[in-house]
Amino acid sequence: MIVPKILLSAEAFDAAREEELLLAGRTDVGALVAFTGLARDEDGALSALELEHYPGMAESELSAIAQEALSRWPLQGLTVIHRFGLVRPGEKIVLVLAAARHRAEAFAAAQFLMDYLKTRAPFWKKERRADGRAGEWVAAKERDEAAAAAWELRVSRAKSPR
Amino acid sequence: MKALYFASIRERVGRGEEEIAPPESVSTVAELIAWLAAKDEAYAHAFSNRKTIRAAIDKRHARLDSPISSAREIAFFPPMTGG
Repeated sequence: MIVPKILLSAEAFDAAREEELLLAGRTDVGALVAFTGLARDEDGALSALELEHYPGMAESELSAIAQEALSRWPLQGLTVIHRFGLVRPGEKIVLVLAAARHRAEAFAAAQFLMDYLKTRAPFWKKERRADGRAGEWVAAKERDEAAAAAWELRVSRAKSPR
Repeated sequence: MKALYFASIRERVGRGEEEIAPPESVSTVAELIAWLAAKDEAYAHAFSNRKTIRAAIDKRHARLDSPISSAREIAFFPPMTGG
């Protein structure tokens, strides 16, 4: 029975340390896939991202998504960490660690986690501009919805009789 | 029941949460959105684009046709942009 580590953090987190924690004392893990999402600034216009979240629901949705991943793949460890509050360019926003015996399920679970997190976890990003002007809310992308929907399709195909 | 607003909807409404008391004829999420949008211009603006409004009942994702009769807390927000 794998208990995923789910963490919301107002502070920066140490991704390497999280890997060490996940693997500590383990000799049965053959594959670890780590995804890190960072606050990105393309042209110096951004001073920070403000990450708003829905306390309580953010944790429960991340937990639900992690449980869904555990039900789909035989994982040996799972860590999901998400920042909230002010995140500066170059800082990490999200970390997903998926450990398994083999790489295929670790890759798939990490991608599934991120695709679902993007469209189901209640977080919203607002840009804070370097020039002091009011920043915009980051718009949701249709391709994120499509990526999450594609997993639903895979399930219904797998479950429907041929 | 308690209504919560997040992100752009929170900004347009002008507050993050409030107690609301819709009439009994308001029975679904969609009907509650219509009722809220009729309150004043700020609410009308916040709920103007119905396609981009997401809702949660008691911290679980809800649909436009979800019943609200047993809800203690209803949240409204735009599509999520975390990760």
